[in-house]
Amino acid sequence: MPTDRPTTLLAELTHRCPLHCPYCSNPLELMRAEAELTTDEWKRVFSEARSLGVLQLGLSGGEPLLRKDLEDLAAHARSVGLYSTLVTSGLGLTRSRAERLKEIGLEHIQISIQDSDPEVAERIAGARSVRHKQAAAQLVRELGFAFTVNVVLHRANLDRIEQIIDMAADLGADRVELANTQYYGWGLRNRSALQPTREQVERSREVAQRAIQRYRGRMQITYVLPDYYEAFPKACYGGWGKLYLVIAPNGSVLPCHGATQITGLSFDNIREHSLDWIWQESEAFRLFRGDSWMKEPCRSCPRKTVDFGGCRCQAFALTGDAANTDPVCTLTPLRQIVDRALEEPALPEYQYRYPSEAPLPV
Amino acid sequence: MAPDPRLLTADSRPKLWRLARLDFDPVRQRPVLLYPEGAVLLNDTGAAILELCDGARSVGDIVAVLNDRYHADVEADVTEYLDTMAQRELIRAD
Repeated sequence: MPTDRPTTLLAELTHRCPLHCPYCSNPLELMRAEAELTTDEWKRVFSEARSLGVLQLGLSGGEPLLRKDLEDLAAHARSVGLYSTLVTSGLGLTRSRAERLKEIGLEHIQISIQDSDPEVAERIAGARSVRHKQAAAQLVRELGFAFTVNVVLHRANLDRIEQIIDMAADLGADRVELANTQYYGWGLRNRSALQPTREQVERSREVAQRAIQRYRGRMQITYVLPDYYEAFPKACYGGWGKLYLVIAPNGSVLPCHGATQITGLSFDNIREHSLDWIWQESEAFRLFRGDSWMKEPCRSCPRKTVDFGGCRCQAFALTGDAANTDPVCTLTPLRQIVDRALEEPALPEYQYRYPSEAPLPV
Repeated sequence: MAPDPRLLTADSRPKLWRLARLDFDPVRQRPVLLYPEGAVLLNDTGAAILELCDGARSVGDIVAVLNDRYHADVEADVTEYLDTMAQRELIRAD
């Protein structure tokens, strides 16, 4: 069977970031600036990605605006025909940079918002950020970019989901993505501080449903429930190595941004191989492609073509074996791991994302 | 309450979602509709319909253009396709 062509590339241009959110999707081991790919290396990767079939490019991080060559990279992406999204905190988006990005044809900007309550927002971000984000949103709106607001939900902001949605609308968003925290890396480390209660989840689901109706035609709302409260796992990007790939700041090519936590898995680097070779041949991609790696109950389960056994990174993080069924699935006895986690006592302290594990300066 | 933008009539004047762009994918040799976090691979007929969604032509006009182009009655197929795309909010009627 020929390998599918990928449609989406997430380019983590840097791990550097002015924010310190305790649910960051970057790995616990953050890469330093010296390890990052050069401008020319990223450009080559974008060209190769397009030839391989990638249509959607996420210019992400860390904070991608910390790359001085971001405009140059975005221009190149556009010139090879990619639809690009700048995934940003909004910090560092000055008028001149925003105008330049518009000029070179960047189409879509996604700004993260932590909360509608400015105090709680800055507490979770671990940095002064609310005013910068408002100014950035205003620029994005004014210059006519497609504009998405992205919000990570957790115990401390879930009860304000309605105010958060209204705030996104006030900022002029075309879309708002509300996604409950996923517990890998930093999120897993902070799970007992982030995890919402079942009552919070139920209520937020109803509020989101109503808001979807209310804003229909004006603002598109997507709401991703926390998978721990679901009966079946999420289908990660259509299955491992099928449509999606991630390139880390140093050029390592990953099937998923969480894949580095699967110890024992080694990743090929675009400094040594072509992207095409890596997509087809890299062991990290081949290992969980298709369904021959599956154990029971996945192997004989009709849902294996629906959710592909769930998330490999979550299976590894919670069971120590990436080939196990995602323990969110209620069809496996491993589910008791998730059920036990849901009973965990709530802790109030965050461990913030820092390159070293220094405490947050106050 | 404003009319539901997902429901089209013969008089609706659909246009592509502001955030969506029609393009051609030289790798797959297929027309494609691109938008934030998504892409729909189209066939030539789908692309021909969407190209006519300019916010000026009505659904009736679009059907007339395509009836003429294909020398056949394509009304049922075209309206069904437009309805599907409107339900997905990839085209909008004002």
